[in-house]
Amino acid sequence: MTMRCAILGSGNIGTDLMIKLLNAEGSALELVALVGIDPNSDGLARARKLGIDGPHEGPQWVLDHADDIDMVFDATSAYVHKAQAQNYEDAGIMAVDLTPAAIGPKVIAAVNLLEHLDAPNINMVTCGGQATTPMVYAIRRAVADLPYAEMVSTVSSKSAGPGTRQNIDEFTKTTSTALREIGGANLSKAIIILNPAEPPIMMRNTVFGALPEGTDHDAVLSSVYEMEKAVQQYVPGYRLKNPPVIEEGPFLTPGGEVPHRAVVLLEVEGAGDYLPPYAGNLDIMTAAAQRVGEAIAAHRTQGAQA
Amino acid sequence: MTTPDYRLIDSTLRDGSHALSHQYYAEDVIKIVQGLDRAGVQVIEIAHGDGLGGSSFNYGFSAVPEKELIAKACEVTENAKIACLLLPGIGLADDLREVNEMGVSVARIAVHCTEADITEQHIKVAKGLGMEAIGFLMMAHMNSPEGLVEQALLMQSYGADTIYIADSAGAMTTEDVKVRVNALVNALDVPLGVHAHNNLAMAVSNSIAAYQEGAKNLDGTSAGLGAGAGNCPTEILAAVSAKYGIETGVDPLALMDVAEEIVRPLMPRQQVIDRAGLILGYAGVYGSFLLHAERAAKRYNVSQAEILLELGRRQVVGGQEDMIIDVALELARKHAEAELADV
Repeated sequence: MTMRCAILGSGNIGTDLMIKLLNAEGSALELVALVGIDPNSDGLARARKLGIDGPHEGPQWVLDHADDIDMVFDATSAYVHKAQAQNYEDAGIMAVDLTPAAIGPKVIAAVNLLEHLDAPNINMVTCGGQATTPMVYAIRRAVADLPYAEMVSTVSSKSAGPGTRQNIDEFTKTTSTALREIGGANLSKAIIILNPAEPPIMMRNTVFGALPEGTDHDAVLSSVYEMEKAVQQYVPGYRLKNPPVIEEGPFLTPGGEVPHRAVVLLEVEGAGDYLPPYAGNLDIMTAAAQRVGEAIAAHRTQGAQA
Repeated sequence: MTTPDYRLIDSTLRDGSHALSHQYYAEDVIKIVQGLDRAGVQVIEIAHGDGLGGSSFNYGFSAVPEKELIAKACEVTENAKIACLLLPGIGLADDLREVNEMGVSVARIAVHCTEADITEQHIKVAKGLGMEAIGFLMMAHMNSPEGLVEQALLMQSYGADTIYIADSAGAMTTEDVKVRVNALVNALDVPLGVHAHNNLAMAVSNSIAAYQEGAKNLDGTSAGLGAGAGNCPTEILAAVSAKYGIETGVDPLALMDVAEEIVRPLMPRQQVIDRAGLILGYAGVYGSFLLHAERAAKRYNVSQAEILLELGRRQVVGGQEDMIIDVALELARKHAEAELADV
């Protein structure tokens, strides 16, 4: 069953996702339009060049065309998504939310892809959340208890658009929540840093996990390596920049004192679909959203056949 | 009492926290706040060294939750205002709300010197709470005078009452400071401040130069306690200001007492410009990396100096402490490969 999709937001993320959807072979997702608000935006110009409708009437356009749209990928901002989420649901349009609005259940593609396929609204957390939650989960499944986990995400200034910049608290809060709800940590913290270096740096993510007494360190390390492979299935440029290490403390974490911590140093190289490869933060988000969209389409097909 | 020619903001309990690996206790806070307050310091900043919410694996966990210490500072101060610092991306607007309730009336919103637009949310929240909002541009040696003006104007447009530039790497010469201060003072409607570090032994002279070019706020810490080779020592700044005939409103002798009798006994080591400290200034590396790099060097048996130089080459910015582990692991691997090649 083909699902007709619109992408809302013609900035970096929306445009990158458009190119990914158009390049996907045999996809069940049919892209109807890239919808923006600025008729002169680069994203809309690209859409028209690629033969895709590129209206600039924003969320209203999507609602006006509800009969022709099954799914909207919202790549605007948390504020815009919060204001419109109920309207999409009322119009019968399934929403995949790429902002940190966090209205619907959170999905991290490598961890709980199949859990919320019937939800009217799915939240893709944040780019940093997509990159680091899998590793928190990887540590968690190798230990009896993960008292505290932390992530630090550094993205190049060039790849951080106005949405991220105006919503930085939403980014850290939503990411931190995902580390607990999906990653399985009892307590968590998320940090984001922008780096203006030229040439732009690749997206970097670091995950720290508090390891209680009696943890099988080898099990933690092999679980991390396994997760690297799982994420690489949809983000080929996702990799451990250095081997994961276990460092000796003690560390006085908010979840109590622990003797060791796991340190996972990640780099995400983008596929270069829209912005150059340094913008891995866009790729991991758009690749995950695409995977979720495909999973929903497959699920509906099964539902229709059953 | 005559009006001071510049306002002194003391950051012993915030930037100084780096030198103690964030191990401040309530009794330290009480003594330091009371001492500074008696000496006539107008603003006392307190938070984790990396600002509100900085307690973490990446920056080091606070021994005592910072909000307990902040509440204590608000309780014991008589005249001095209590300030906090927040880096968007690390701390939250909710943290500002919480400390404002305790009595913190000055919020410094700190950001790398090219990223002012991420401070809009937090400057506006601080203003909405009735706080004085100070926009704080870090690592100012990494941006041109024109670039800093552009960033400072953004912060001014969000409502910042004062703009600061911070020489977070202690990497600026006096000339570097003068051209930046001059450009900013001419472009801004709000007062300017300068936060200096002493990695090149320039902190006091650069602060005085900043004042002479029109800066109306200067930062320092007692005994220079702080990140890297330390901050501008307030007791020295006050003494030198007096020699210049600059009115500070603080008593240099009282500040010397605080430094000597309260702060020095707390210091795990004196603030000297050793090789690692000097490299920070020389290579333009964020001062708080110093002790983290020392620990990583020991852990992975590599050179602290090499770590700092590589961080400079990578143009890492404040907050990227995780890259210290990354660099240490890479150096260790390179050494291992070189040894194999030698066999």
